[in-house]
Amino acid sequence: MSRAHFRLSGLWPMIRKEFIQMRRDRLTIAMMVGMPAIQLALFGYAIRTEVRHLPTVVLDESRSSASRSLVDAMRNTGNFDMIGEARTRDEIRSLIEAGDARAALVIPPDFARDLKRGRTARAQVIVDAADPLASTAAIGAAAAAVSARANPGGRAAMEVRVRPWYNPALESSNYIVPGLVGLLLSITLILMMGMAIVRERERGTLEQLVVTPIDKTSLMLGKVAPYVLVGYVQMTVILVLGKLLFGIPLRGSLPLLYGVSAAFIVANLGLGLFVSTIAQTQAQAMQLSFMFMLPNILLSGYMFPREAMPVPAQWIGLLLPLTYYLQILRGILLREAGFESIWPEALVLAVFATGVIALSVRRFSKTIG
Amino acid sequence: MSLELTIDIRGLRKVFGPIAAVEGLTLSVARGEVFGLLGPNGSGKTTTIRMLCGLLAPTAGTAMVAGCDVVREGEAVRRRIGYMSQKYGLYDDLTVLENIEFYGSIYGLRGEARDARIAALFQELDLTERVHQFAGTLSGGWKQRLALACATAHQPPVLFLDEPTAGVDPASRRRFWEIIHELARRGTTILVTTHYMDEAARCDRLAFMSRGHLIALGTPDEVTRQFGMASVEDVFIELQRKDELNTAEMGNRNSEIGTVP
Repeated sequence: MSRAHFRLSGLWPMIRKEFIQMRRDRLTIAMMVGMPAIQLALFGYAIRTEVRHLPTVVLDESRSSASRSLVDAMRNTGNFDMIGEARTRDEIRSLIEAGDARAALVIPPDFARDLKRGRTARAQVIVDAADPLASTAAIGAAAAAVSARANPGGRAAMEVRVRPWYNPALESSNYIVPGLVGLLLSITLILMMGMAIVRERERGTLEQLVVTPIDKTSLMLGKVAPYVLVGYVQMTVILVLGKLLFGIPLRGSLPLLYGVSAAFIVANLGLGLFVSTIAQTQAQAMQLSFMFMLPNILLSGYMFPREAMPVPAQWIGLLLPLTYYLQILRGILLREAGFESIWPEALVLAVFATGVIALSVRRFSKTIG
Repeated sequence: MSLELTIDIRGLRKVFGPIAAVEGLTLSVARGEVFGLLGPNGSGKTTTIRMLCGLLAPTAGTAMVAGCDVVREGEAVRRRIGYMSQKYGLYDDLTVLENIEFYGSIYGLRGEARDARIAALFQELDLTERVHQFAGTLSGGWKQRLALACATAHQPPVLFLDEPTAGVDPASRRRFWEIIHELARRGTTILVTTHYMDEAARCDRLAFMSRGHLIALGTPDEVTRQFGMASVEDVFIELQRKDELNTAEMGNRNSEIGTVP
C-alpha cells in the first residue's frame, strides 16, 4: 500500500459519516430543497404580480383594423392594461414621467399599409425600465403577442421594437430567476459548511478526531466534499423548479454550467470554512454567514445592475464570487454563451476558490492544533 | 531499557500568555499502570493531557508516549493512544454501531477485522443490546462506555482519560473502573484525571498538581502518609485550601502594589 493511499485512508469514513448525518438532519434537507422552492415561489409570485396589468397608453396613428387587433393582442396577454389614448409622443412622455403610465404602444401611420404589402410592419413599445422586473416581462409579453402572427411566408408580419426608457442597459429577460441559483447556493453553502464544522467543535467531536491518526487532508476534504454534492443537488432543484414553474430559459450548455459551477461551489464552501474558524458557536456561525447575504443580494448585480452603482459599491461587488457567477449564469442560460465568452469569470472564480480554501485550511489547521 | 516507561515526561512547560499552566513537570508512568492525575480546577491536569495527546504544543520540555516524541512524532503518537474527554466526542445523531464503526475506520480497521473487534468490544462493554440506539439518547453511563469503546477500538497501548466519570451514576462508575483495571491488567497504560477521591484511591499511583506544579507523587498510601492525612480526600482538600490561600494572598499583594505584573 502506498503511503499516499494510506494518508487519505480516513477520507471515506469521513464522507460516509457525513452523509449519514446529513440524511438524518431534517434542517439540512429542508434547507437543500425547501429553501430554493420557497424562494422561487416568492420571487416568481413577485415577478408575476408586478408585471401584470402594466398601465399602458396607446398612440395609434394607423387607425386601422390591423392596429386595433394589435392593441387587442397586447391587452390579451394580461400584462398591459390599456388606460387610454395619447395624441402625441410628448403626451406619452409626460404620462410615464408622472407615473400614470408605465408603458406605451406606438403604432405608426404606415403600419396597416406595410402589413398589406407583405412588408414587416413596425410598432414600438416604450417601457419604463426603471423597474427591470416589470419591464423585462413586458418586453417578453410584447414579443409574444406579436410573434403569434406570422405571414404565411414565414416572415415576421410585425416587429415590435422595444425601447426601454430610463434604464437602457437592461440586458435580458428573466433577469432574476437564473441569479437565484447563485444567490441560494451562496447563502446555504456558506451557512451549512460553517455550521457543520462548528457543530463538531461544539460537541467535542472535532477534538476527538484530531487525536486520531486521521490526516488533516482527509478530515477537511471529508467535511467539504459532501457539500459539493449538496451544492449540485440544490442547483439542480432550483433549475428544474425554475423551468417547471416559471419557464426560465435553459438555453446554453448545461454541462458547461455544471462544470464551471464547481469553482463557485468550492469558493463558497471555502467561505463557510473560514466562518467556522472564527465562530465558536453555531449561533455565531449563522450570524457570520448572514453577513454575506446582504452584499450578495444588493451588490452582486443579482437585483440591481452593477453599472448603476456608485464606484465603491462596485468594488465591493468585485470581491463577491456571486458577482462573477451571475455573469456566467446569465451568459449560459440566457445568451447561450460558450466557454470562450465566460472563461474570464470562471478563471476569477477558480482563483478565488483556491485562495479562500488555502487561507481557510491554514486557519482551520491552526484552530485544531 | 526504557520500554517499560510508557509515558516519560521531562521538564514539560506550557505558557498561555503571562500564565504558566504547567511548570517543569517531570514524571513517568510504567506499562500497565493506572496513573491518576489530581488537582483542583486550573491546576494544569487537562493541559498536561492535551500536550501528551498532541492537541497542544509544549512551550518547553519533552514528552515521550509509547516510545514516540509527542512533538516530533505526533502522528505515530496518535496511532498509539486512545483519548476520552469529558465531552466524550460522540456523534449524537449516529447510532452506537455507527459511532464505533466510524472511529474504527478512522483508526484503519477494515472489513472482517473491524467487525470482529467491534463484536468483542460490544461483548466486553455490554453494549450489544443498544447497537441501534442513537448515541444522543443514551444515558451518561452508556455514553461513557461507548466513548471508551470508540477510544479503544484500535487497542492502543496508552489510554488518556480526562475526567471520564463526571456526571455518571455510581454503579456505572464502579463498572467503568473495573473495565479500566481489566485493560491495565492486559498491559494498557492508563493516565486518568478525576475529581472523585474514591476513584483516586483506586489508582496505582497518583500525582497531585497545583497551579502547574507537581507537588506530590506516589501510591495513594504514600501520598496520604507524606501529608500526614487520613485519606487521599483529606490531602486533596488541604491542598486545595492552600492553593486558594496562596491565590488570595497573591491577589492582596497585587492590590497593595496597585499593579498587576
